[in-house]
Amino acid sequence: MALSEFPRMGFDPFLELRRMQSEMSRLFSGSGLATTRDFPPINVWLGDNSVVVTAELPGVTRDHVTLNLQDDVLTLEGKREPELRQEGLNWQRRERAYGSFSRVVQLPFRVDPDKVQARFNNGILEIELERLEADRPKKIEIRAA
Amino acid sequence: MAQDVRTAEQSTPATTGNREATPNRPVFVPPTDIYETKDHIVVLAEMPSVGPDGVDITLERRVLTIRGRGAANEHTGYQRIYNEYAGGDYERVFTLSENIDRERIEATLKDGVLHLVLPKAETAKPRRIELRAS
Repeated sequence: MALSEFPRMGFDPFLELRRMQSEMSRLFSGSGLATTRDFPPINVWLGDNSVVVTAELPGVTRDHVTLNLQDDVLTLEGKREPELRQEGLNWQRRERAYGSFSRVVQLPFRVDPDKVQARFNNGILEIELERLEADRPKKIEIRAA
Repeated sequence: MAQDVRTAEQSTPATTGNREATPNRPVFVPPTDIYETKDHIVVLAEMPSVGPDGVDITLERRVLTIRGRGAANEHTGYQRIYNEYAGGDYERVFTLSENIDRERIEATLKDGVLHLVLPKAETAKPRRIELRAS
């Protein structure tokens, strides 16, 4: 049932208001948004036939990260270790976080598990995954009749 | 503890030196650990994406300024489809309550973490004063 007469005019300001309201409550409820607690923060980059996942992992070495690939789901797990466990230290400031972390990334397509490259560069982990050959879009030629 | 490291994050340096103007780059405050041993003050600051040539550390009197220039958050030929962190620069200012032997400051950058070892100046170390028997 139409709640107002406006739909006839092609534009309903009340419908627009309700849409805005639901949009606002979605934004403020935080659903669908990454919270700052998610560690590590990741960016995903899409190329022609590959996808790159980058993660900010300062102070983490490659021995402390495990990458797992299951079809098109990439799991990144690891641990941040405190660098020194020395006695007699007087801590003035401890802002860096330590402990285990885990992130699950849904990739936009299935990737070839044999063609995954991961490297660390100045605290940024970069994982490059190539799209599975069978999964790539194919161009279909139209034959002349 | 008599020896402590106070921080003055609000006081931003008046000049940004000779770096080119980059008005659109965000500047982050790097999360930092600071600890003190008998002879040193050690600062560990997280600055991911900063390379060894992008670090600028100054110590003026007791004001320690750390600046890091991060890599641009982009991949040529790739389109960003999901974004949780932004590229930018890092900057933080600390006021040290200790005199530092500036000749022996050691700075290393490893895995995006800046390690700064500041040796306390000899004059700043506590000295034991012997009582002479009269």
